[in-house]
Amino acid sequence: MSMLNDFKTAFMPNWCPGCGDFGIWGSLKNALVEKGWGPTDFCMVYGIGCHGHMVNFLKSYAIETLHGRPIPVAQGIRLANHKLPVVIVAGDGDTFGEGTNHLVHIARRNVQATMIVHDNQVYGLTTGQTAPTAQKGFKTKSTPSGVLEDPVNPVAIALAAGATFVARGFAGDIPGLTKLIVQALSHKGFAFVDVFQPCVTFNHVNTYAWYREHIYSLGAEHDVTNRASAFEKALEWGPRVPTGIFYQVEKPTYEDQTPQLIKEVLVEQTLPPQNLTSLMEELV
Amino acid sequence: MAELTSLHIKVGGEAGFGIMASGLLLVRTFSRGGLKAITINDYPSLIRGGHNVILVKVANHDIFATDDIADILIALNRETIDLHKNEMTAGGAVVFDPESFSVVTTDFPKAVTLVPVPLMRLAKEQQGDVLMRNTVALGATLALIDYDFSFLESVIRDQFGRKGEEVVTKNVNLARAGYDFVKKNFPQGYPRKLGPQPVKPKQMVLTGNEAVGLGAVAAGMKFFAAYPMTPINGLLYYLAGIAEKTGFVYKQPEDEISGINMAIGASFAGARSMVATSGGGFCLMTEGVSLAGMIEQPVVVIYGQRPGPATGLPTWTTQGDLHFVLNASQGEFPRLVLAPGDMEEAYYLTGIAFNLAEKYQTPTFVLVDKYICESYFSVDLAKMQNPVKIERGKLLKPEEQAQEMELKRYLLTDDGISPRPLPIPGNKGGIFHANSDEHDEYGYSIEEAHLTKAMIEKRMKKMAEAQKEVPDATLYGEADAEHTLVGWGSTKGVVLEAMRQLTEAGQGKLVNYLHIAWVNPFPVESVKRILSSAKHIIDIEGNHNSPMADWILLKTGIAIKDRINKYDGRPFFPAEIITEISKFK
Repeated sequence: MSMLNDFKTAFMPNWCPGCGDFGIWGSLKNALVEKGWGPTDFCMVYGIGCHGHMVNFLKSYAIETLHGRPIPVAQGIRLANHKLPVVIVAGDGDTFGEGTNHLVHIARRNVQATMIVHDNQVYGLTTGQTAPTAQKGFKTKSTPSGVLEDPVNPVAIALAAGATFVARGFAGDIPGLTKLIVQALSHKGFAFVDVFQPCVTFNHVNTYAWYREHIYSLGAEHDVTNRASAFEKALEWGPRVPTGIFYQVEKPTYEDQTPQLIKEVLVEQTLPPQNLTSLMEELV
Repeated sequence: MAELTSLHIKVGGEAGFGIMASGLLLVRTFSRGGLKAITINDYPSLIRGGHNVILVKVANHDIFATDDIADILIALNRETIDLHKNEMTAGGAVVFDPESFSVVTTDFPKAVTLVPVPLMRLAKEQQGDVLMRNTVALGATLALIDYDFSFLESVIRDQFGRKGEEVVTKNVNLARAGYDFVKKNFPQGYPRKLGPQPVKPKQMVLTGNEAVGLGAVAAGMKFFAAYPMTPINGLLYYLAGIAEKTGFVYKQPEDEISGINMAIGASFAGARSMVATSGGGFCLMTEGVSLAGMIEQPVVVIYGQRPGPATGLPTWTTQGDLHFVLNASQGEFPRLVLAPGDMEEAYYLTGIAFNLAEKYQTPTFVLVDKYICESYFSVDLAKMQNPVKIERGKLLKPEEQAQEMELKRYLLTDDGISPRPLPIPGNKGGIFHANSDEHDEYGYSIEEAHLTKAMIEKRMKKMAEAQKEVPDATLYGEADAEHTLVGWGSTKGVVLEAMRQLTEAGQGKLVNYLHIAWVNPFPVESVKRILSSAKHIIDIEGNHNSPMADWILLKTGIAIKDRINKYDGRPFFPAEIITEISKFK
């Protein structure tokens, strides 16, 4: 049992008024309460960006890593203590600028972790440069004439890399996002949630109103176990943009397949190992 | 029959034909007979094709290095003769297959004895293939020096035992065929003999990579991440091979950035963690090293040097990265650097590195190089029987951690060391944030001037604390020698061998050697004392710019003008050190 107040710290959020980060923060706390997790029951792993400030606003075990690196840190935690749930909170720069490589590999390994990406198409903390998810033509301080590249497609990348849970949420829909995060936290394996997060200061295109106009929820007719349909939905970007769970299947996790972890968690095993003498004898 | 104190055997052939394996079989065969043996190998960065050569030196005394000479040359192709004829010593023997290529004594500048052995034919008679010529040649070589065949047989049994009795018998027969052929056709053999020793202490034959690996295992390492890179691949193979039965996790990451960040994550959760890489990979790790420094997370970095810049000479050796290791990464934070000079030091200093990393909660390096990583040495098993006692530093008991909901993980203390919970979490209380931003005692991000200053001072105090446990640097040889060589890392073995040769030649007072194994913290007082009373100091390093001389100047104020440097990718050889010293009057 836990309550929202359990996660309260002495710091007040310093995000811009109206920032989408508030919605994600609130939804995450709701989801933790719904799961019954208190501050000591899991570990947060943050990247660097506006989202990373959450380290000061959410009381829990936490590690704020370097830009782009929350994923490998989370995997190290999981391998050392696979009884500990891990939640990765990262930005679109963390995930698709500096850390894309890591995303691909955690997805194919199916390490059990929930990843919540703050996707606002722009670098807010460094005052408004383009992000890899920015739409073509989007004007920012670093692309004054508009972005020339096509955006990366977070959902399609996660699917292609082999993630076993792939979803998209919207920071402006706290009940919907809460539900999605609860499902992600309950997933056995790597759960990827891309969250549309309006940046009220630097992105005047993809606003709350823009999202409300464009997004729709994937309905019951969408088969979440069908990867091809999931891809098809992932490619939808135009008048209508789908949200919800694109894909969810169960596969053995990396931890499940590591024999050394079957008996007990690594950090609870005694030091040093018992076979040192025989290891030395093998080299005679 | 003349007695011989040491013998150099060189095996050469095309890469991919088991040259390295032959060298290892020889070293084990000699070690089991109570002799000391080492091998160093030169090989190009290729899987197949190209020239491979392995040099085995065997002696009836401790040996630390080898000269680039051959008393016996096993030539598996003609190219071996062309490339190594000048390294043959007078009276040496050349084992080759006369049915594959021809060799004449005038190919060599010095007088040698040819020992033609139909390796391929003998191999075929035992249903062997071209790859098995080596085994025939090894048998032939042992017959030449009149060495007890049973030692080779026991090594073959252990080597091939897993493949079944048929494979074992076949390989023993192959070796025996070479042995018998030489006994029958060259009964006089090689003129000098080096027999098994009367006392045969149990000896391991291992590389620096394996010594580091054993050191890590003995230290209770629980998590290891390494992206493949020469020269630490041997460490990776060794640890990957024993991970499951020993109870630790090895993970091959997608890159070195991921590797060090995984290790930091595992360390955060409470596991003793290690990464290994070489220069190029370490370039990718530097931001992670800084993170470990900032969040005070213990992590051990095994750094195997190879020549740069860039891809450089991937499979050769150097000591070129000392400054890089001492200075890499953004910001000021303590880092500890140890540089083993031989197998025992590699084993023990790796264990010590884990203790230092945890006691001072900061990244700790073991700096080695290709020469030490990949050369095989025989080491008395007894010398590695006392593993370093595991010390995990200042810890909080679970009940202490759980007293409050939030823990001052970065508590400001007099010595800069904050007690840490282990493992985390699992306790109902005592949460904290490990934060790459500057932080307060709980780990919350802060930007206040006084707290920033306090936190930097806290972290740097740990360096002063670590300084207190530096052992004195070791001076080898006579205290009043004419010249004092100062070196670090794998140069140790070569200098000691040069000194042994000089002592044998009645020049034991010419040179002594000051070995720096603890680089940071640095043994300031002992180095000052020894160098202040030295008659003439020469810095010797396997690099161009003598970074250790810079470091000694910085730490002691003593400037060393005379230097011996080597930076062609090859290790030092004892003979060239003796020559270089003779240039100083």
